[in-house]
Amino acid sequence: MRNPLSDTVVGIKPSGIRKFFDIVSEMNDPDVVSLGVGEPDFDTPWHIRDEGIYSLEKGRTFYTSNSGLAELRQEICNYMHRKQGITYDAAHEVLITVGGSEAIDIGLRALINPGDEVLIPQPSYVSYEPCAILTGAQPVIINLKAENEFRLTAQELEAAITEKSKVLILPFPNNPTGAIMERKDLEAIAEVVLKHDLVVMSDEIYGELTYKGKHVSIASVPGMKERTILINGFSKAYAMTGWRLGYACGPANIIGQMTKIHQFAIMCAPTTSQYAAVEALRNGDDDIEQMRTAYNQRRRYLLNAFKEMGLECFEPYGAFYVFPCIKQFGMTSDEFASRFLEEEKVAVVPGTAFGDSGEGFLRISYAYSLEDLKIAIGRLERFVKKLREG
Amino acid sequence: MREELLAVIENNSRIDLKELAVLLGAEEIDVVNEIAAMEAEGIICGYHTLINWEKTAIEKVTALIEVRVAPQRGQGFDSVAERIYKYPEVQSVYLISGGFDLMVILEGKTLREVSTFVSEKLSTLDAVLSTATHFILKKYKDHGCAITQKKEDEREIITP
Repeated sequence: MRNPLSDTVVGIKPSGIRKFFDIVSEMNDPDVVSLGVGEPDFDTPWHIRDEGIYSLEKGRTFYTSNSGLAELRQEICNYMHRKQGITYDAAHEVLITVGGSEAIDIGLRALINPGDEVLIPQPSYVSYEPCAILTGAQPVIINLKAENEFRLTAQELEAAITEKSKVLILPFPNNPTGAIMERKDLEAIAEVVLKHDLVVMSDEIYGELTYKGKHVSIASVPGMKERTILINGFSKAYAMTGWRLGYACGPANIIGQMTKIHQFAIMCAPTTSQYAAVEALRNGDDDIEQMRTAYNQRRRYLLNAFKEMGLECFEPYGAFYVFPCIKQFGMTSDEFASRFLEEEKVAVVPGTAFGDSGEGFLRISYAYSLEDLKIAIGRLERFVKKLREG
Repeated sequence: MREELLAVIENNSRIDLKELAVLLGAEEIDVVNEIAAMEAEGIICGYHTLINWEKTAIEKVTALIEVRVAPQRGQGFDSVAERIYKYPEVQSVYLISGGFDLMVILEGKTLREVSTFVSEKLSTLDAVLSTATHFILKKYKDHGCAITQKKEDEREIITP
């Protein structure tokens, strides 16, 4: 039989996360504590679940329009206006997607001609590079640096730009580093973007989870709304990962083409989730605040614990990850994470799973109760001590 | 800091002060002072333990008693409420809107003990017009804690 597979797909590196997942699964040890998840530990707030259930009881089990419930798109516009001061037109500038992930995929497909370069700052979420490759784009990686707190600087961006550069992915607040971009940082980036006529795909899925002032979207910087696809969703802010619901806001011409792909590939995002999301946006601000407060306390707890055990870590102000540096132990991230798992039964993700520039770092998630974090940190302390005495 | 501090200790009054300071991003001395101030102001009224008595050998009966009272001139409901809450077996007394006036929560060792209290002490107060006693059969959730179930972490162990 002929080789049935696509060379492009076969050529994509498997996710570095997957490898670790397999190791942990094989261990099948109930004593393993994980700090490896990228989703909230909270349940979706009950009033939101209740609306989902109610929609099922009412028999709202049909497709919605391709771009999503009009009611939900309107609530998203209200939300964007309320939180970011950005005005979107619910009829033409919003598309409801299956998680932020779908928006990343179809957004790139709507923008890219083969050979176009997509600028991807790393460390960052695992899907940008493969999604770019699938469109025939040439990914250009920008390696972010610890000394800049893993922010993207205008110089770094400028240095990576060629005449083929078309799209800049802006993944802040960042998974895995927890880095944020503040208004001044974004203004500097916007200047370069305008100068080189780039389109920005701003993945703001962690936008509600910032711990130093309010999140700022690059779309709110003058001149940027017209050239930005703003991606957000319900997974992180409202603890709704399993509902698979996200959205993209942007210029009508781009959203229109994305809607075309979405219409052929997906039809529409899950109806139940859309009804629940309307409730989330209408009455969920307090839930976000409560979860944010809890995350912030855990974040402080971890940073303090690292400081006490002499583990270097810049202070991350976003998402629910800390990204400590383990270079002092003379091991790669992978070696450290593997030995930590084997010897202390704690699962963390090596920074390299999010790009080569994650070498020397670990992603530690604080989407866990303080009790769980304490157990894991106790083991980390013991492990670090052992390595130092080693 | 007050609001966040109270939210933390409402759920865990046994938290170590040093740790509490870390969680709040504050200095330990400031946390200690704030707690002392709130104790003095009567904002923090005590540090209790939530116990599921059903799992112990100790028998307890809890009753909610609706009480209708005749308010007293110049004192409203306060003096009769005070007469009632002075009994040590009374856990809580609330002034309630609606069909009755006071909600009295009572804890006793046996049904008989509770009914004796109602018939001999509560009902015989001059201001009390009537009572209706409801015995609690099972507690599902108390002080924000679901008592019957403990939740497992069902998330995948590692996700991007």
